Amino acid sequence: MAERRNFLFVGVGGQGTLTASDIAAQVGIDLGLEAKKSEVHGFAQRGGVVESHVRWAPVVGSPTCEQGTVDVLVAFELLEAIRWIDWLRPGGTVVVNVQKIIPMSASVGEATYPTEEAILEALRKRAGRVVAVDGLALATQAGTVRAVNTVVLGTLSALLDTPPEVWEKAIVRRVPRQYADVNRTAFQLGREAAAA
Amino acid sequence: MKRLLSGNEAIALGAWEAGVRYASAYPGTPSTEILEALSQYAGVQAEWASNEKVALDAAAGAAFGGGRALAAMKHVGVNVAADSLMSLSYTGVRGGLVLISADDPGAFSSQNEQDNRHYARFGKFPCLEPADSEEARQFTRLAFDLSEQFHCPVMVRSTTRLSHSKSAVEVEMPEEPPAAGPLPPFERHPDWYVIIPATARRRHPVVEQRLLDIAEWGESTPVNRVEWGDRSVGIITCGMAYQYVREVFEGFSFLKVGLTYPLPQRAIREFAEQVETLVVVEELDPFIEEQVRAMGIAVIGKEFFPLTGELTLARVRQGAVAAGLPIRTSPPAPPAPDAQELDFEVPSRPPAMCPGCPHRAFFYNLRRWKKQAVFSGDIGCYSMGVLPPFEAMDMLISMGASIGMAHGLKQAGAQEKVIATLGDSTFFHAGLSPLANLVYNRGNVVLTVLDNRITAMTGGQQHPGTGITLLGQEGRAIDIAPVVRALGVEHVWEVDAWDVQGINQALKDAMAVEEGPSAVVVKGACVFTPYFRRRPVVAVDTATCTACGSCFRVGCPAILKSGVTDPKSGKAKASIDPLLCTGCTVCLQVCPVDAIYESGGEEKSDG
Repeated sequence: MAERRNFLFVGVGGQGTLTASDIAAQVGIDLGLEAKKSEVHGFAQRGGVVESHVRWAPVVGSPTCEQGTVDVLVAFELLEAIRWIDWLRPGGTVVVNVQKIIPMSASVGEATYPTEEAILEALRKRAGRVVAVDGLALATQAGTVRAVNTVVLGTLSALLDTPPEVWEKAIVRRVPRQYADVNRTAFQLGREAAAA
Repeated sequence: MKRLLSGNEAIALGAWEAGVRYASAYPGTPSTEILEALSQYAGVQAEWASNEKVALDAAAGAAFGGGRALAAMKHVGVNVAADSLMSLSYTGVRGGLVLISADDPGAFSSQNEQDNRHYARFGKFPCLEPADSEEARQFTRLAFDLSEQFHCPVMVRSTTRLSHSKSAVEVEMPEEPPAAGPLPPFERHPDWYVIIPATARRRHPVVEQRLLDIAEWGESTPVNRVEWGDRSVGIITCGMAYQYVREVFEGFSFLKVGLTYPLPQRAIREFAEQVETLVVVEELDPFIEEQVRAMGIAVIGKEFFPLTGELTLARVRQGAVAAGLPIRTSPPAPPAPDAQELDFEVPSRPPAMCPGCPHRAFFYNLRRWKKQAVFSGDIGCYSMGVLPPFEAMDMLISMGASIGMAHGLKQAGAQEKVIATLGDSTFFHAGLSPLANLVYNRGNVVLTVLDNRITAMTGGQQHPGTGITLLGQEGRAIDIAPVVRALGVEHVWEVDAWDVQGINQALKDAMAVEEGPSAVVVKGACVFTPYFRRRPVVAVDTATCTACGSCFRVGCPAILKSGVTDPKSGKAKASIDPLLCTGCTVCLQVCPVDAIYESGGEEKSDG
């Protein structure tokens, strides 16, 4: 496993982006590394852009990554993946949940939400690898739409050389007990999606 | 045991380990979570105060009585508390009194980027600046000891980045459980605690001597430390800036200052003598830098490292490069130029009032008075009234200022009507006193209070209007309309927040009042409170919709332009996202052709 990893988690308020980044930071600690996490949640409680940085290394200084150094960009929403692509290092990986959340600017017709194909193509031009996952569909399959972030973490975990049980443990610790099994399933579906 | 804690959670932990007995705060980003975290610990009386001055006053009382006390607030909150803070430096304290100031470099959610370290210098008390969560815990704990050792308030300065980032913290349990039971009998010290002029004159020299004593203590405390490396460049730094510096200047020498006021001058001089080039990297103002220059030491600082905005790895790196410093780390490689171009625009995602927001129908109506009235605004989610599609806010400066500004504008002879708008929590924070002033001076202002039963923008904290305390006890809720009447406003209307026509009528009636103040209290709970009632969702009957655009002007994220266009105008008809809709019906009420109906999620078969 690489000793240093920079992750950037991005999404829209209400998607569980911050919880997912918390879990990723905890996994770093559980792997015996130093880990830091830093989030910015904007003005609006719901519907605003959310960014959260996670860094793993033997010693971490800044809790935020530098633009152009992110190893894995984890986007919970399609448009947010392209909005933050400049943060990815050349050859880095993008994990993107293909769910679309239409911003006000597009819903009132001042701007156009690009097509999924256009966004994925633009991502592929910049990234070494793009893994698109239908988080909403897989979470629904697992048993709750609220497990989208667990699906995405499953996909992310499969792309890293890390033991899945460390992730699973960190996830289960963060969810209410009655949702533990649903989240285990969601995590597994996310892992399988990475292989597809 | 190592746990991943945010800076705010670590501050709370440190305070609890120090045996804090009483803690008070007014919510404000990025400080809010400190009291929320403290309220989870047994043995701490943690409270929401109605404003920051009240929080500090209450903490001062606890400290005068010998209890350890903490007041937490955002940077601009310290302005509100500053009157008491300056006096507290003179009176001194018996129990440890710690003020947490959470500054906001980058103004992520604030009206300015003020650097509150100046308060420490201004008020002549110490300032500690932690650089990660572990230090936030340790420094907060230390702050109580320092406060009792030197009998003065101690400020711990956090920033948004520290407060809202998580890093590992060593969680120890204190040997003794936190203080419980009654305080010892009150020791009267009117010669300290009653700051009449005679006391102030006698205490001032004590304050000056104390500052020298603290500076002396600072020369040997491990809170200030040197990390030796290559001595060709030495960097003095503090707080979160240290984290960027240790990465960008890897391998060089650092003086990491934890006590940023008063500064350890001997330690700085010794460090400066042993390095070839001296640099100061600090966030916002040249606070350390100017003091180092005043010591007659040449230093590189704000001419290369930004004065405004939050520091980042990239900005510290750019500063180092611009200053010609021999850093060994290199900037990240840029992406290939051809890969950077996009064939499409990335739509922005501006903040918007949530679907169902109780402020929407009010601003929809308020906007119609633009020709006749000036809108005096305030701080809260409703500040978004300044944005499209409402654009119904003309001034906003600070908490509770809407009423005073409106009053002054009218008294100076404004020909327009003046409407002041503020929220419930803001009303209790700093709205009562200016309302008394308005009534007293017979001002002719329309006061509008948007009562959403929560402090919404900071994430939903209780306040005097809800009557529920931070520890979850149900007390007496103070109803706003009777308070407004009791303060002497004769014309008061209460109206439902989702009743578009009702708000329209109430505003009309209030605007018609020619003499003295009038008030409209708009009542409706925030969608994030348990009091908010979801109703069946609404939908657009596309056959009836004429694409007139009226519903788009309520600015609801659930209302979308559909793929269907009106054959005459060629404009897009509306559609409503049933997953986002809360059934508030504001769009249904404003639709002129009754194309919106309560569907409960079912589409009209003939639609």
